[in-house]
Amino acid sequence: MSLRTPLGRVRGLGSARSGTRHFWHQRLTSVAGVPLSIFFVVLVVSLIGRNHAAAVQILGSPWIAILMLLFILTITYHMQIGMQEIIEDYAHGEVSKLVLLIANTFFSIAIGLASAFAILKISFGV
Amino acid sequence: MAETRARPLSPHLQIYRPMLTMLMSIAHRVTGAALYFGTLLVAWWLIAAASEPNYYGAVQWFMGTVVGRLVLFGYTWALIHHMLGGVRHLIWDTGRGLGPAEREWLARANLFGSISLTMVLWIAGVLLVGGAGGR
Repeated sequence: MSLRTPLGRVRGLGSARSGTRHFWHQRLTSVAGVPLSIFFVVLVVSLIGRNHAAAVQILGSPWIAILMLLFILTITYHMQIGMQEIIEDYAHGEVSKLVLLIANTFFSIAIGLASAFAILKISFGV
Repeated sequence: MAETRARPLSPHLQIYRPMLTMLMSIAHRVTGAALYFGTLLVAWWLIAAASEPNYYGAVQWFMGTVVGRLVLFGYTWALIHHMLGGVRHLIWDTGRGLGPAEREWLARANLFGSISLTMVLWIAGVLLVGGAGGR
């Protein structure tokens, strides 16, 4: 018999020690991801086979660069949440789960930062 | 720990007859995981574009090989499939499209839509933009 209230007991619990924030942010990034993904696949297909100068010119133009940054930030955040969900489903050992969750966060941030840096470098023409 | 007794488990994947809605659910997760690692290619491509022309040329060469083209084609299909699957989930989030006929239709639309959109995109890319042709 506990004196804690039901609300106090559930606060901060759940498999990832957090509530519906992940669910909501996954939906938020998926809504943003729809137009940004359409933009990205069209960009990729239209850049196939073009040489470096042409690719840099297109990727470096402000609107394309801004959309690319939005795309990269959206998908790396979205994929970090998504992979966390997969890890929580399939990794049963506490240690392996923790290691995978850390690796997931590191990977997502590294990919996001590297891509964002490359876009900015192309755009600023340094 | 007290005693651990074997408890009844809910039936898992191998018990159920494969159904389209189930396969599309699995495909959504598999394409999501594939896209996760596909971002390595995106980052590689962007870093190459930010580097000197020779390095970008090497990436272009790889993307031009049969393997590279297949990877690119697979990536665009996975992205479109995952995107349409996500739209399906957003529809479900509003409480709509959950009936037997509707969810079957949505599963078919997801698969048919992703394959045909990818085809249209690549045909348009090759024919109109001409990007996939020469350099």
